[in-house]
Amino acid sequence: MHSIPGRRLIMGLFLIFLLLPIYWLVNMSFKTNGEIISTMTLWPHAPTLQHYRRIFTDESWYSGYINSLEYVVINTIISISVALPAAYAFSRYRFLGDKHLFFWLLSNRMAPAAVYALPFFNLYSAIGLFDTPWAVALAHCIFNVPLAVWILEGFVSGVPREIDETAFLDGYSFPRFFIRILVPLIASGIGVAAFFCFMFSWVELLLARTLTSVNAKPIAAVMTRTVSAAGMDWGLLAAAGVLTIIPGALVIWFVRNYIARGFALGRL
Amino acid sequence: MDKTVNQKAWFLVLPVFLVVAFSAVLPLMTVVNYSMQDTFGNNQFFWNGVGWFKELLDPSTDLGGRFLASLGRNLFFSLVILAIEVPLGIVVALSMPRDGWTVAACLVTLALPLLIPWNVVGTIWQIFGRPDIGLLGYVLNHIGLDYNYVSNDIDAWVTVIVMDVWHWTSLVALLCYAGLKSIPEAYYQAAQIDGASRWAVFKAIQLPKMNRVLLIAVLLRFMDSFMIYTEPFVVTGGGPGNSTTFVSIELVKIALGQFDLGKAAALSLVYNLIILIVCWIFYTVMTNAGNERKPQEGAA
Repeated sequence: MHSIPGRRLIMGLFLIFLLLPIYWLVNMSFKTNGEIISTMTLWPHAPTLQHYRRIFTDESWYSGYINSLEYVVINTIISISVALPAAYAFSRYRFLGDKHLFFWLLSNRMAPAAVYALPFFNLYSAIGLFDTPWAVALAHCIFNVPLAVWILEGFVSGVPREIDETAFLDGYSFPRFFIRILVPLIASGIGVAAFFCFMFSWVELLLARTLTSVNAKPIAAVMTRTVSAAGMDWGLLAAAGVLTIIPGALVIWFVRNYIARGFALGRL
Repeated sequence: MDKTVNQKAWFLVLPVFLVVAFSAVLPLMTVVNYSMQDTFGNNQFFWNGVGWFKELLDPSTDLGGRFLASLGRNLFFSLVILAIEVPLGIVVALSMPRDGWTVAACLVTLALPLLIPWNVVGTIWQIFGRPDIGLLGYVLNHIGLDYNYVSNDIDAWVTVIVMDVWHWTSLVALLCYAGLKSIPEAYYQAAQIDGASRWAVFKAIQLPKMNRVLLIAVLLRFMDSFMIYTEPFVVTGGGPGNSTTFVSIELVKIALGQFDLGKAAALSLVYNLIILIVCWIFYTVMTNAGNERKPQEGAA
C-alpha cells in the first residue's frame, strides 16, 4: 500500500488528537477534587486512588457496572443465538420475502433510539419487565439482532457450500451439522459479531436509561449522580468514565482486523 | 453464488423475525396510535386525526417551528461533519504505516474512541472543554480566545462538531484503510513504470478502489449523525438556548419531558420516514455494489 508524504507526522498528530482527551480523563481520575479545581496540572501531583476506591466499595456505584454488564451479556446471547440460523438461511437459501426481510432488518438497525424510547417504556411497563435487565436487553435487540445477522451472513457465505453437502451426505442431521460443523467453522465470525453486539449495547444510553429506574440502573445513568448540591464531583465522574472504557480497550486487540467489517455491518 | 429456493428457510429466520417484530413492530404500532390522538393526562385520549402532522409540517405553529428548526440544525450538522470527517478519514487512512507492529498499534488506537460509551464521550469533552478544569478550554482561554461552550452558541457548535470528528473520523479511516488494502501491489508498480505522480495514483487507483467503502462510510455517518442524541445532550444539553438541539433531543424533550404523546408520536413517524428513505438508498447502493463485486472475488 502506498502512503502519502508526511504520513508519520499526520498519523502522529491525529493519534495525539485522539488520545489527549482520554489522557485528560485518566489524569483527572487520579487527582483529588481539590487539585482538579484549584490548579491546572498536566499530571496528578498528588496521585490518589480515592475515586476508584469509592466506586469499588459503594454499592450504588459498582452495581451500576454489574447491571450494565448483565443486560449487555443477555442481549449478546439472545442476538447471537437467534441470528445464527437466520444468517445461514440468508446466506444459503432464497425464500419468499427474503430481500424485503433483509432490508427491514437493516432499517431497524438505523432506527433512532429516541423514537422507541417512549413506546418501549409503555410496552415493558405493561408486561412487567420495566426496571429489569431483560427490558434493556430486549430493547437493544432492535439494533443488535440485525447487526448480528448482517455480520454472520458474511462469514457463513465464506464457508463453501460443499461442506454442507458433504456433511448431509455423511448423514448429519441439520441441527448436528449446525452445531458440530458450521459453528466451529465460523467461530471467529461469532466472536466478531458478539464483540459488536456487546459494544453497541454497552455504549447505548438513551434506551437503557429510559427502561430502568432503580434496580437495573446502568452505569451511564449512575454517572449523572455526580452532580450534587456541593457541586460536581469531577474526580469521581472521571474515574467512572475511565472504568467504562476498559471493557472495550481489553478486547479490541483481538478484533483489530475486523473493526472496519463490523462497523460496516459486515459489508466489506 | 446461486442460492437454492427453499421456503423452509423461513423456520430458520423465524426467531429473528419474532424478536425484532416484538421490539420494532409493536412499539411502532403504539406510535401510530398515539400520533392520531391527543391526551390530557389521566389516560384519556381524544381523536385528532392528522392534526399533529399538519402542525408538524407548518413552521408557523410551535411544534412545527421546533421540529423544522431542529431538522435544519441536524442536517447542517450532518453536512459539516461529513465535510470534515470524510477527507480527514481518507488522509488518515493514507497515512497508515505500511507494515510491522505499528499497523496494529494504530488500528487499536484509532478504534478506541469508537468503543467508548456515548455518554462518556460527552463527559470527556464536557471536561476537556471547560475553561476552568479542562485542558482545551484552559489553553484556548489562555492564548486569548474567549471560549466557553456553555454560554456561546458558536463555541457550543464547535465543541459538538470537534467531538464528533474525534469520535467518528476513525470509522471513516478504518473503512478506507480496508478499501486501500485490497489494491494489488501490481497496480502501484504499473503506475510507477508509467511515471504517475502521487496525485495521479490517488485519483486513478486509490479513489476508485475506495468508492464502495466511502459510500458505506458516508451513509453510516449520515445516519448516525442524523440520530445523534447522547453526546451533545451530555455536553450542551441542547443549549445554549436551543442552538444545539437536534431532532432526537427535541423528540425526547417532547416525549419524556412534556409527555406530549401525540406530538411526539407524529414527530417520531416523520423522523422514521426520513430515516427509512435514506436507509433504502443505502441498501440499494450496497447491494448493487455487492453484485458488481462478486464476479471478481468469487464466493468470499
